[in-house]
Amino acid sequence: MIQVNNIKKAYGSKTVLDIDSLTINKGESFGLVGNNGAGKTTLFSLLLDLIKPTAGHITSNEIRVDESEDWKPFTSSFIDESFLVGYLTPEEYFYFIGDIRNQNKADVDSLLSNFYDFFHGEILGQKKYLRDLSKGNQKKVGIVASFIGNPEVVILDEPFANLDPTTQIRLKGIIKDLAADKDVTVLVSSHDLMHVTDVCERIVVLNKGEMVKDIKTTPETLKELEAFFTV
Amino acid sequence: MIKHFLSLEWKSFFRSASFGKNVAMKIFMVFMAFYMAISFISLGVALFYILEDQFPDINPVLKVSEFLIYWVLYEMLLRYFMQKLPVLNIKPFLVLPISDKKITNYILGKSAFSFFNFLPLFAFIPFTVVLLFQGYPALNVLLWFVAIVFIILTLNFINFIINKNDKAFIIVLVVVASIIGLQYFEVVDIPKLTAPYFYALYENPLFVLIPAALVFITYRINFKYLISRLYLDQTLKKKTKEAKTVDLSWTKRFGSIAPFLQMDLRLIWRNKRPRTQAIMCFAFALYGLFMYTTGMNRELPVMLVLIGILMTGIFMINFGQFIPAWDSAYYNMIMAQNIPLRRYLDSKAGLMMASVVFMAVITTPYVYFGWDVLMVNLSCAVYNAGINIPIVLFFGSMNKKRIDLVKSSIGNMQGMGAAQWLVGIPLMIFPMVLYAILYYTTSMMVANIVFVVLGITGLLLREKLMTVITELYRKKKYAMVHGFQQKD
Repeated sequence: MIQVNNIKKAYGSKTVLDIDSLTINKGESFGLVGNNGAGKTTLFSLLLDLIKPTAGHITSNEIRVDESEDWKPFTSSFIDESFLVGYLTPEEYFYFIGDIRNQNKADVDSLLSNFYDFFHGEILGQKKYLRDLSKGNQKKVGIVASFIGNPEVVILDEPFANLDPTTQIRLKGIIKDLAADKDVTVLVSSHDLMHVTDVCERIVVLNKGEMVKDIKTTPETLKELEAFFTV
Repeated sequence: MIKHFLSLEWKSFFRSASFGKNVAMKIFMVFMAFYMAISFISLGVALFYILEDQFPDINPVLKVSEFLIYWVLYEMLLRYFMQKLPVLNIKPFLVLPISDKKITNYILGKSAFSFFNFLPLFAFIPFTVVLLFQGYPALNVLLWFVAIVFIILTLNFINFIINKNDKAFIIVLVVVASIIGLQYFEVVDIPKLTAPYFYALYENPLFVLIPAALVFITYRINFKYLISRLYLDQTLKKKTKEAKTVDLSWTKRFGSIAPFLQMDLRLIWRNKRPRTQAIMCFAFALYGLFMYTTGMNRELPVMLVLIGILMTGIFMINFGQFIPAWDSAYYNMIMAQNIPLRRYLDSKAGLMMASVVFMAVITTPYVYFGWDVLMVNLSCAVYNAGINIPIVLFFGSMNKKRIDLVKSSIGNMQGMGAAQWLVGIPLMIFPMVLYAILYYTTSMMVANIVFVVLGITGLLLREKLMTVITELYRKKKYAMVHGFQQKD
């Protein structure tokens, strides 16, 4: 589904990401871990063509993301609050995303109905603009919005950060359900090794811009990761 | 303490984000500051001689007193829109061991050193000095000057009150409006009526106590108001307004650009800066009323064109020049979501087009000033729609500066760059020159027809132009994404 070819991103002489080859298969649930500055967000930003690769390219479904916009209809993502429109209410935002992904109001409503527990009564019908919601609640909106319109690729950067424990556990369930769908490729990055091993079939470890581990998740994976990150 | 106030005020001015990081902007600001200072000083120096020359029998101070009411009103207006109150800056002091009283005095004291308080002094000080040199009684002149300073401070504190209190604002608004109304309909001659009071400040130095008392009273009102609200959750925390959703499903008839149109309408309505600009556009429809009735404008075809371009294109210029920076806070989403760049730009063009049509329609009553006025306005509207909209979008591709929508509106230079200054040339100067050439070589009729033809040509070529512009935005995409992330 996603093919990374000799991608390199450098700012001046400082290389922040350098991956020779990485293939993510359709339907895979893919986890990305690494310390701050390892290049996780850089990789996701390259996947979404938000930054220009210094060398190499990424294809998604055979489409080069830096040359065509055709990957947009089947790709959906939430990286950070710069994906939210602060002056809209959560409902308006969901319907807007629905509109641009060819989902009518009823489609969006029926999708949202699956997330009432996740929203915990703090999102819908609050008469608040997104900019006035707490960080955690903003995140919930962004994550759920990325599920609208049956995307084939879902990219979530640090979805667990800023969420309360209950919501983190619920989110794990949601991502697992999503990953169970063999048509959907889920890419998740996280600092929380436990969450990531829980939800992802495959985990890649980045360190200073390089891929240092590529693991198929087994019961031993968490130990292996902990050993790697214990310095 | 005063030394601290001044130094903080100085730093806040020169280090403010809107002061800009780029050198061109700084030079421009310094130039403007010099320009204003020098014009005010020359005004102050020249004022005495002009008045003496024009009204040899009247004491210049009395004549000045007649104008003071206008100055007061103007100051109020200017301050209300432009003077920022230093309230938010006290957050860091709340946790320091400083008494509430001191903090409050600090805020109010600080506001006394605002730039706006010094501006009029540039004119009043030279005027006072000239009066002294001309041998006017020193005591009267000096105390008159002191009284003026007190009036400045009173205005400063009144502005504080009306900015925080809607009721006070409405009261002041009604007073100001009725003063202007009474004067306009010649019910009373306001300058003549108020002049004796201002003149009394000069005639009887003891009257200086009245403005002094006003300063004291307005200061106390502010003090009481502020000290009771020195908590993070009250004045300082910005109020979260209840969101009201208006049904915008009527935009559906515009097809695929509807969702963007809805978003832009909400953008304009729910954020202070674009909202103020939109409201100003309505106000700008009255620009013609002012321009057609004064001076030579009505006779000069070049001026008619400028008025026409501005009136029908004001929203296009004001809003359009910051495309796509309005969306800078969520530009990443615009780029990563299922939004073809072309459709995004089409929707912006559509919005500007609608504004041009709208402004053209509401300015039709200017036919009252003659058919030629209407013809020029309509030709300018077509020209705006066909030529200027692509130009605005073209220059928009140079925008790389973030705009924070929640920041206040007027006097906010955020998002300004060289493009905003350059864009005026093709938008306004070029059509003026073109029109002048056509007008003087042929006739007004021909000039109008050429404008319409140009506009229609632009509309016919729209598909092509939009393709070129889209390509340009695509090329600048990474720079925009990066630039819009930079908060200052």
